[in-house]
Amino acid sequence: MKYLNGFIFVFVLALSAPAAKAESLYQQLGEQQGISALVEQMLFNIADDRRIRHHFEGSDLSRVHEMLTEQICDLSGGPCTYSGEDMETSHSGMGVTRSDFNALVENLQLAMDDLDVPTGTQNQLLALLAPMHHEIVE
Amino acid sequence: MKKSMLGALGVCLFATGIASAHASGGKLLATGGVTSIEGAAGGGLTPWALLSSYAEEGEWGGTAAMSQANVSDFRLDLTAASVNYSNRIELSVAQQTFDLPEVIGGELEQTIYGAKYRVLGDVIYGNYPQVSVGVQYKENTRAALPTAVGSQRDSDYDVYVAASRAWLNGPFNRTWLANAAVRATRANEIGLLGFGGDLEDDHQWVAEVSAGVFLHRSLVVGAEYRQKPDNLSFASESDWTSVFVAWFPSKSLALTGAYVDLGEIAGLSGQDGLYLSLQGSF
Repeated sequence: MKYLNGFIFVFVLALSAPAAKAESLYQQLGEQQGISALVEQMLFNIADDRRIRHHFEGSDLSRVHEMLTEQICDLSGGPCTYSGEDMETSHSGMGVTRSDFNALVENLQLAMDDLDVPTGTQNQLLALLAPMHHEIVE
Repeated sequence: MKKSMLGALGVCLFATGIASAHASGGKLLATGGVTSIEGAAGGGLTPWALLSSYAEEGEWGGTAAMSQANVSDFRLDLTAASVNYSNRIELSVAQQTFDLPEVIGGELEQTIYGAKYRVLGDVIYGNYPQVSVGVQYKENTRAALPTAVGSQRDSDYDVYVAASRAWLNGPFNRTWLANAAVRATRANEIGLLGFGGDLEDDHQWVAEVSAGVFLHRSLVVGAEYRQKPDNLSFASESDWTSVFVAWFPSKSLALTGAYVDLGEIAGLSGQDGLYLSLQGSF
């Protein structure tokens, strides 16, 4: 019984220790600065990607950067409120295919790899973005 | 000489261009699964609702694979190929050779023609799992031994319904994948010992399930379970299980290794061993 109590104590300690240290996704992504760097790297990757760069031709890239950074800050629990258009409006008429959407995901994944974002953090962000699939793809 | 070399270089560059254009199909890494032992996209032992290769809507893709399972007394070799159009329909062909132990002698062979149709959903996006229906027509080309032990016919078909779903941010912030399928079959040892038997000669429903976790987006570990009928009185047939690891270094290549437990086959029990599979996608 003594051992059991000891075990439970250690078990509860083990469970609560990481919880006390748990960072929000916003913090894990390096807050404003980290998210801004991430979006910048993703946009560089897209500019090199023949599959989808045509979607960004003629776009004001610094505004795209600003809006995406704000959106990810907002989604990840940071102190921002996304002020841009909703995903359906901002992508209407662009003809984004399912492959295009995945290509963007791949560019984001490569950017996260480049910035040494751990797999668990990558998955949290991807899971927040995946529901936009049906709003963006035509 | 110089001219022909330049010409050859040009052809190479052109071919590389085509290959890379095709290799970069529109689906995300690993969403084509690997080549299962019957040629359909899936895990090692079971077909999944995923369609082979990286072909997305409007695209063509395909795979070629070689696999081998080495268990205590038997060895199964597989050569398989598939095409996928538009992530909607998959056609596959697989050739199995089953080496028998010396006490029996010889080998068994069958060819499996498969078709799979994605009915609805997507493994990652949207509110539904990806659901596919499939059919496998199997032709045993070495029917003498199966007939001698009670098999009723040397060719037959299986039909199945499979559902696959991934959770991008599952437990431990890892991506998890689950697959469940039901299959109507009367194959003995998946068809290597023919179809139907003296105990049972109708199609029966069997269940096939698998689950895996992506440690990284290119590396998944998991387990599979495959229920099987038991049609022949000469020897009992076991359900199959595996524990696998699959590595996707790129969209062109997948390597799968597994520990498989095939139980009792043709009266010889304790058939466990290693499974290896190499798949190329284009």
